[in-house]
Amino acid sequence: MFDIDKWQEIFATIKKNKMRTFLTGFSVAWGIFMLMILLGSGNGLSNGVASNFMNDAVNAMWIWTGETTIPHQGLKTGRPVQFHNDDYDLIKSLSGVETASGRYYMGNTRYSYGKESGEYTTVTCHPELNTVENMELLEGRFINSVDIVETRKVVVIGKDIKEALFKDIPALGEYVNINKVPFKVVGVCIEPGSTRNRNAYMPVSTAQKIFSGGNRLHNFAVTINGQTLEESQQIEERIRSTFARKLRFDEKDESALGMYNKLENYIQTMRIFQAIKIFIWIIGIGTLIAGIVGVSNIMLIVVKERTKEIGIRKAIGASPASVIGLILLESILITTIAGYIGLVLGTGLMEGINYMMVQSAGEAAQQGETVFLNPTVDFNVAVAATLLLIVAGAIAGYIPAKRAASIKPIVALRDE
Amino acid sequence: MIKLNNIHKSYEMGSSKLHVLKGIDLEIEQGEFVSIMGSSGSGKSTLLNILGMLDNYDEGSYHLAGKLIANMSEKKAARLRNEMVGFVFQSFNLISFKNAMENVALPLYYQGVSRKKRNVMAMEYLDKLGLKPWAEHMPNEMSGGQKQRVAIARALISKPKIILADEPTGALDTTTSYEVMEILKEINEIGITVIIVTHEHDIAAMTQKIVRLKDGRIHEVIRNGELSEFRYKYSKELQPA
Ligand SMILES: Nc1ncnc2c1ncn2[C@@H]1O[C@H](COP(=O)(O)OP(=O)(O)OP(=O)(O)O)[C@@H](O)[C@H]1O
Ligand SMILES: [Mg+2]
Repeated sequence: MFDIDKWQEIFATIKKNKMRTFLTGFSVAWGIFMLMILLGSGNGLSNGVASNFMNDAVNAMWIWTGETTIPHQGLKTGRPVQFHNDDYDLIKSLSGVETASGRYYMGNTRYSYGKESGEYTTVTCHPELNTVENMELLEGRFINSVDIVETRKVVVIGKDIKEALFKDIPALGEYVNINKVPFKVVGVCIEPGSTRNRNAYMPVSTAQKIFSGGNRLHNFAVTINGQTLEESQQIEERIRSTFARKLRFDEKDESALGMYNKLENYIQTMRIFQAIKIFIWIIGIGTLIAGIVGVSNIMLIVVKERTKEIGIRKAIGASPASVIGLILLESILITTIAGYIGLVLGTGLMEGINYMMVQSAGEAAQQGETVFLNPTVDFNVAVAATLLLIVAGAIAGYIPAKRAASIKPIVALRDE
Repeated sequence: MIKLNNIHKSYEMGSSKLHVLKGIDLEIEQGEFVSIMGSSGSGKSTLLNILGMLDNYDEGSYHLAGKLIANMSEKKAARLRNEMVGFVFQSFNLISFKNAMENVALPLYYQGVSRKKRNVMAMEYLDKLGLKPWAEHMPNEMSGGQKQRVAIARALISKPKIILADEPTGALDTTTSYEVMEILKEINEIGITVIIVTHEHDIAAMTQKIVRLKDGRIHEVIRNGELSEFRYKYSKELQPA
């Protein structure tokens, strides 16, 4: 393998037949180039969609209540279903639920600071909400468990609220009036992937106490620890049946209890991309096989052309193994180098596109929706492709090499 | 050195069989200079190929240096050829994309001799054959005589016991033919067995023993002493009838 003489023999023949070598290599380079572009595009698409999901925790689930539409245990339809604080403790204790946050809706709330005021949405929550919705804190902190226990009058405001009410004044530590009740600002946040940051977050216990919510809750945001679609569906079922029993509604009643399972959607979408990826590999491998067949064909012609030379080599002492090595290594060399060029050009092009996308998108790439993100190919895939090429070269060279080894010197050397 | 005993060889030609050698008995001693003659298709090349282990025989036995040559793997045959035999062909059979020195050095490559060493040796042999200035030339830049001398250098470099030459002068003019024969004679004088196939009587007359094949059998063997008579007969043959 690392016999310099053998390589010199091979390079000598390649140098003698540049055009033939180029044509052979081109088909392989083209195959790999296309494979890399296809894989890169597939990855870009899949990464883009995945990143849209990632703005919230992938394993997030939202649960809300409504009115019953199916009669149940003698109860009529149209009965409102309502969560309370004990339901929060219940959902937190269910297996498969990682974190949970309850929410109490306050309707429109008026925020004012000094002379400035405006209507914004108030989200009342537990600290766990941040795990579900992945808020990014620009300043200060999020609601914590002490806030909940002590029903502190604190609030985390969205960036837009901060800018509208406080302008350039630091908001942290200031008091903002919410429906005329003063709340201390403890944090400013943005929601990644959203262009509007007009929400404010306050402890759910404080909201219930001050705005006469009693112990009522309107919905839950939870994260679950299901890995597969089946697991996450099981958890969903468990939550539904638990509440159906406790709050007395039919399990199939979708409007009594609404659920949105992000993981389920995520997994289903990723499955589609998995299928697309497999499809891309099939096409790519097909292109590659065409390349290999091309190499194999050309090598066969090469062997035919070199019949006499191989005959001479054998007459003066070349063993069949050394003849096989000669042809096989030439084939592997051509496919590997050509394939590598295709690999570099293909990944280079995709990297270039990625670079330009990042450049032109700039800030905006972090906000808003993206369809195409990081359309590059894994290093591992590239390594696998290289190994594949060497194997491909060996396969392409095998039949021609066998043919060469079976050349009989007396036939090859007979004068026409 | 060489001992052939009732050698038979036939070629399959589709459904029919062509019986080329029909029982050859022949002994050649170390250091002999032998020529094989006979009409076209009489089996001269076939016999030479069997001697050179390029082809198998169907029946009989072939002993080379006391060893029975039969049922050998291709690998073993290749090694034995490399060590024992040097080939010279009518059409030279040099590798076209290698220069004279590389062509001469090739048998040593298959012996695993290092590049540097084998190139030095190749130059030595080219020098012996008066081709040193042509070492870097490609075969298509050389005359027939020069090419045949390169081929002879290549045959000699592995220090073989036997040189087998199938019509080595067939493609050369008379003067060059005689030069090549002179070289072969010198090789023979250092103790190497030389066996050539030829059609030309004057070439055959320069050897010590002529084996005449006819119809797959040995028709006659003319030995050293009788050669003068052969020369006489041959000169009569040349006279117009
Ligand atoms: N590989 C082969 N397959 C089939 N037939 C063959 C083969 N090699 C030789 N022959 C046949 O065997 C016969 C003897 O061939 P060979 O080459 O030994 O003759 P030759 O005496 O060397 O003739 P020439 O003087 O023309 O070279 C010929 O009829 C030839 O056609
Ligand atoms: Mg012949």
